[in-house]
Amino acid sequence: MTVFTHIVYLISAIFFIIGLKYLGSPKTARKGNLLSMLGMLIAIVVTLLDKQILDFTYIIAGLIIGAAIGTYVARRVEMTAMPQMVALFNGFGGAASALVAYSEYIRVGANMSIDISITLVLSLLIGVVTFVGSVVAYAKLQGLITGAPVTFPGQKFANGVLVVAALILGGLFVYDPSVETFLLVIIGLATILGITFVIPIGGADMPVVISLLNSYSGLAAAMTGFVLSNNVLIISGALVGASGIILTKIMCKAMNRSLANVLFGAVGTDGGGGSGSKRDKSEVTQYTAEDAAVVFEGAQSVIIVPGYGLAVAQAQHVLHELTHLLMKKGIQVRYAIHPVAGRMPGHMNVLLAEANVPYDMLYEMDQINDEFQNTDVALVIGANDVINPAARSQKDSPLYGMPILNADKARTIMIIKRSLSPGFAGVDNELFYDPKTMMLFGDAKEMLTELVKEVKEL
Amino acid sequence: MEGILVSLYVFVLAIFVGFELITKVPPLLHTPLMSGSNAISGITIVGALISAGAGHSQLAKILGLLAVITATINVVGGYMVTDSMLGMFKKDKQQKKN
Repeated sequence: MTVFTHIVYLISAIFFIIGLKYLGSPKTARKGNLLSMLGMLIAIVVTLLDKQILDFTYIIAGLIIGAAIGTYVARRVEMTAMPQMVALFNGFGGAASALVAYSEYIRVGANMSIDISITLVLSLLIGVVTFVGSVVAYAKLQGLITGAPVTFPGQKFANGVLVVAALILGGLFVYDPSVETFLLVIIGLATILGITFVIPIGGADMPVVISLLNSYSGLAAAMTGFVLSNNVLIISGALVGASGIILTKIMCKAMNRSLANVLFGAVGTDGGGGSGSKRDKSEVTQYTAEDAAVVFEGAQSVIIVPGYGLAVAQAQHVLHELTHLLMKKGIQVRYAIHPVAGRMPGHMNVLLAEANVPYDMLYEMDQINDEFQNTDVALVIGANDVINPAARSQKDSPLYGMPILNADKARTIMIIKRSLSPGFAGVDNELFYDPKTMMLFGDAKEMLTELVKEVKEL
Repeated sequence: MEGILVSLYVFVLAIFVGFELITKVPPLLHTPLMSGSNAISGITIVGALISAGAGHSQLAKILGLLAVITATINVVGGYMVTDSMLGMFKKDKQQKKN
């Protein structure tokens, strides 16, 4: 590599860093992404100009095929499907890193130094686990395979054995890099590990897994950077690795669970087998859209608590229409977004932004939790566990300790829900039976459409 | 050995820079952050281009080709999706009046 190439790589790394910095505010975020793109572009161009490259046939073919697939997928993706999309892209990144590492092994052969062989093993291992794990996560989120945790006896032990075996083989390879079989077996073990690592994780824990895989894809790139002695790969990989780790931590904290519990706990095994006394619909007071509209008429402030159920019912647009109507009547409307609302970090914000909800109406949990007590109506749609008061008081509840939105502190709580079925944690929600709660049973979209009609007529 | 130590310094320091930068990103933007940083991890394309074009053995080139394809999907798809998401985040002018 020439000095010029090195300098350009450094500039491109700077662009990535500034790009990430600009992502800190919604005003500059788009510009940040463009800067990051520019960094990528100059890195690619300067690599193509490098004298190492003799033959462009494969490069041009690869770029055209990759760009066509990437564009096609990016254009078609629905915002609700963003988590599996990101998982898939992640997986491709991991695969690319592993492929580059292997190709480098074929080039250099047995006479590699110890630092190269160590990072080569790590790059292959992490890259393949990222790829296979991401494909499994994609299949789960896309509904191609069951979203429920798949467990078998001795799973943790088996995973442990796989990791140890891969590391031992890695050690053997470092000792004698001329044995290619070691690498092939490591790839095989990493493939199995990618599957067994993701299948025991339930659909609702996917935000954590995707964040973690995001981090892995960065680490794989960084390891490949070590193999190629290429600093721009190392820096970018480290940035992405750090980003994924932070998001993983935030998600775990929002669910009040440790990473180990998410990865190995297999929570959510049965859909609704919540312990404790199950009550039926006759015990709650059912209300109609008309009743709800009357309550809105007398309200001055409303906080909306959206959950993933809202997006499943494709009701964001109708909800926004209702919000507009209420605001026209002089009612203050805000959205309260729980950190785990949706299927990946920040997912709910994107879903609402798509429905033209301005981002300054969206409030984080810490910003808005003290406001509920001065609010007339908390309108909860398709959310359950994140407003379950059991998280505060019931020590034996699996939800205990999870930070929740204080929807129960509002003067009236309206909950739009299909049935009384418990949420993902399988825990009954006391709030449904609270006298100041109005249960509106039905599909979110239909119920909101009715509400819009009723509010208009008032 | 000297070289790898310098690389290790770079790696560790970059992780700290990453921590500093990412903790400042508000939860509002966490999804675009993920897809955007995801696209950055596609930087491995740089290595892929060399593998595919440096005229080594046929097998190395084919692996390189596959690497270029997967990395390009990662880069192009990741940036496009991020850009279209960020384009949706808008501030409300009406709201300001209240």
